[in-house]
Amino acid sequence: MNALELRNVTKRFGEVVANNKVNLSVEAGEILAILGENGSGKTTLMNMISGIYYPDEGEIFVNGEPVTISSPKDAFDYKIGMIHQHFKLVDVFTATENIVLGIDDGKHFNLKEAAKKTAEISEKYGFDIDPKKKVYTMSVSEKQTVEIVKVLYRGADILILDEPTAVLTPQETEKLFNVLRKMKEDGKSIIIITHKMHEVLSVSDRVAILRRGEYINTVKTSETNEAELTEMMVGKKISLNINRSEPVDPVDRLVVKDLNLINSDGVKVLNDINFAARSGEILGIAGIAGSGQRELLESIAGLISPNSGEISYNDPKTEEIVNLREKTPVQIRDLGVRLSFVPEDRLGMGLVGNMDIVDNMMLRSYKKGNSIFLDRQPPKDLAETIIEDLEVVTPGPTTPVRRLSGGNVQKVLVGREIAAAPTVLMAAYPVRGLDINSSYTIYNLLNEQKENGVAVIFVGEDLDVLLELCDRILVIGSGRVTGIVDGRTTTKEEVGLLMTKMDGGNENG
Amino acid sequence: MEMIAQFIYRSILQGTPLLYGATGEILTEKSGNLNLGIPGIMYVGAISGVIGGFFYQTNSDYIDPFLAVLIPLLCCLLGSLLVSLLYCFLTVTLRANQNVTGLAITTFGVGFGNFFGGSLIKILDSDVPYLALVKIAKAYKTTPDFASDLGPIGTIFFSYGFMVYLAIIIAVIASVVLKRTKVGLHLRAVGENPATADAAGINVNRYKYVATCLGGMIAGLGGLFYVMDYSNGIWSNNGFGDRGWLAIAIVIFVIWKPSLAIPGSYFFGALYILFNYINVPMTYIPIIQMLPYVVTIFVLVATSVRKKRENQPPQALGLSYFREER
Repeated sequence: MNALELRNVTKRFGEVVANNKVNLSVEAGEILAILGENGSGKTTLMNMISGIYYPDEGEIFVNGEPVTISSPKDAFDYKIGMIHQHFKLVDVFTATENIVLGIDDGKHFNLKEAAKKTAEISEKYGFDIDPKKKVYTMSVSEKQTVEIVKVLYRGADILILDEPTAVLTPQETEKLFNVLRKMKEDGKSIIIITHKMHEVLSVSDRVAILRRGEYINTVKTSETNEAELTEMMVGKKISLNINRSEPVDPVDRLVVKDLNLINSDGVKVLNDINFAARSGEILGIAGIAGSGQRELLESIAGLISPNSGEISYNDPKTEEIVNLREKTPVQIRDLGVRLSFVPEDRLGMGLVGNMDIVDNMMLRSYKKGNSIFLDRQPPKDLAETIIEDLEVVTPGPTTPVRRLSGGNVQKVLVGREIAAAPTVLMAAYPVRGLDINSSYTIYNLLNEQKENGVAVIFVGEDLDVLLELCDRILVIGSGRVTGIVDGRTTTKEEVGLLMTKMDGGNENG
Repeated sequence: MEMIAQFIYRSILQGTPLLYGATGEILTEKSGNLNLGIPGIMYVGAISGVIGGFFYQTNSDYIDPFLAVLIPLLCCLLGSLLVSLLYCFLTVTLRANQNVTGLAITTFGVGFGNFFGGSLIKILDSDVPYLALVKIAKAYKTTPDFASDLGPIGTIFFSYGFMVYLAIIIAVIASVVLKRTKVGLHLRAVGENPATADAAGINVNRYKYVATCLGGMIAGLGGLFYVMDYSNGIWSNNGFGDRGWLAIAIVIFVIWKPSLAIPGSYFFGALYILFNYINVPMTYIPIIQMLPYVVTIFVLVATSVRKKRENQPPQALGLSYFREER
């Protein structure tokens, strides 16, 4: 009998279908891996099992019984525990306080006893935690341990781990997998979400594959291999008919050498990055979300300061080589290196939602004026040009940007950066959430820039687009360049394999 | 000696409304609600109590001390509860901006107090711009008989109405609940990280509602104490002054700890009346009265510099929570 089974589960967010008729089952004493690209709906699916989201359609069965999970509390009652990718821990609490949080067993509240029980669980599965330690003083791996103990403390039989290894070192990952195997022997059901192929192969019994919210298949790990899984994950190539011209006289415009960055958690987010962006060329950056794409672009734009490495820029006007690491973000922008970053919430970086299009244009130019009053005419002209050229649908240039639809917001953002005649244009996820027509407008814009001799860096999530738009594709995995391939000759499978390749140390393992 | 005893006595009287306000605001802030409406809620609490007391005093020939205490007390709790519920509905259910809502509630509360205070004075057709509930106040100010026999000790410890002791009891209970009980742990989790609390199966909205309403009611008692005990039952418009803001300053001063709020409030009370006891020219009095705020700024600077995580405000303070936010 299946410990947990999903039948035809569907979840929509507005227009977007995050999960469409997904079927899934896991038995007791089994590890099921869920594999899928960015945005394939893995986390949404798990959030429905753990009561964070409520499914729009479909049924969930626990031990064969149909159940309704409408809150995390319901999930606990069915002995389902989730270890979230972003830890759900209270920083100023101790490990024990976090572990007992929310437990309502009717017994007397006793932290000492809880600490004792915590120690027992730790011993049973081979964890190493100090019950009295405050969470904010813990390492990432310790925090994850607390999360797992928290779930076990509640007596969970079904454990869901959302990308548990994303933040761990290879050694810590191995330790975690040993714990998971012990739990499996103990008869627990484990669902693990991961992007890393070798982890799937080493730890799971079966693999379920999702692609763009659709359920593809479930296969036995012992009867499959890396190539087959990758193919199921990325799917067949779809032809998009995006124009791609041959680069004209490419020169190395921007050279990144041995770039390293360690973030505030002490995790190495960029690891010896080396590449060159050439003029008249679109360089695609492919990778699982959060592999260091954002940090890489922000390092180039001067928004964050890398720990070591060189970023040199070849100025086309003076033919001089400039070290961008010595420049401020404003100086870098004035050199012609432009970042048009489209983050998850779209308006977060680059545009101010409550301001109109004209004012948003002015964000980039107001420092240039010499008068104490603003000259609104040039930005107004620019706004009108952008609205006309890019076919922005808006009542007028004085409409607040947040009232525009996503596609039009992105057109405004990209349009403004292009208007400054950049020499390097970095666009991160510029088509995220856009409809087909708007996406093509953006592709055409990027192509136009490329033909004008701009070095375009395009961070994308859709492999089909990357394959048809980019001249070269740089694949990044866990903060490392795992390969640079030719966009014209490479295949989806090749890029997919590079994306899921393990970080350095275990490359052959 | 007598002089020092008097100073301490006056400081504690002055500090008690602040203690109610601070304890209430700490409870509220621990749930992640930054209720800047507390000064207004204290006004509403005060005037609600006054309205109850006024009708009891004017409509009955015999004043039963027990009822004289109970009626204004219940009216006060009801009034502050209703305003707190309004705040909760706006910020928790509708997820309105907490700062704006809080300031609006304060403006509303002060106006509400002055409007009904004015109305009652009109009803009385009195020549003076205030309202005296002397008989009610007498019930509130009842002190044990033995206090006067004990000299300075009696003055410092036993010469107050019951609400001074009640404030201490409430603060101690709040402290114990926050530190040592499951409810307290859950409440703190809600204020620190509502998403985590929610994932742990805690009903975030319920905790926010209950903590904010309880906090508001406790703060309302501070307003009631001010009128019935401190001012001897005399309501005059705007009489409560800036004490509500001082209570919020104390929350920061005592780094969100109700147990520390007890000495903290008395200390602020002492600073508030200090100018009466030291020899300064009239023109410098406002500078002395500024001291509590200066001290608060110093504490803010000190805790920010030290950056000890336990001494920081609840992490989710001022933010509304919505589970399916993406």
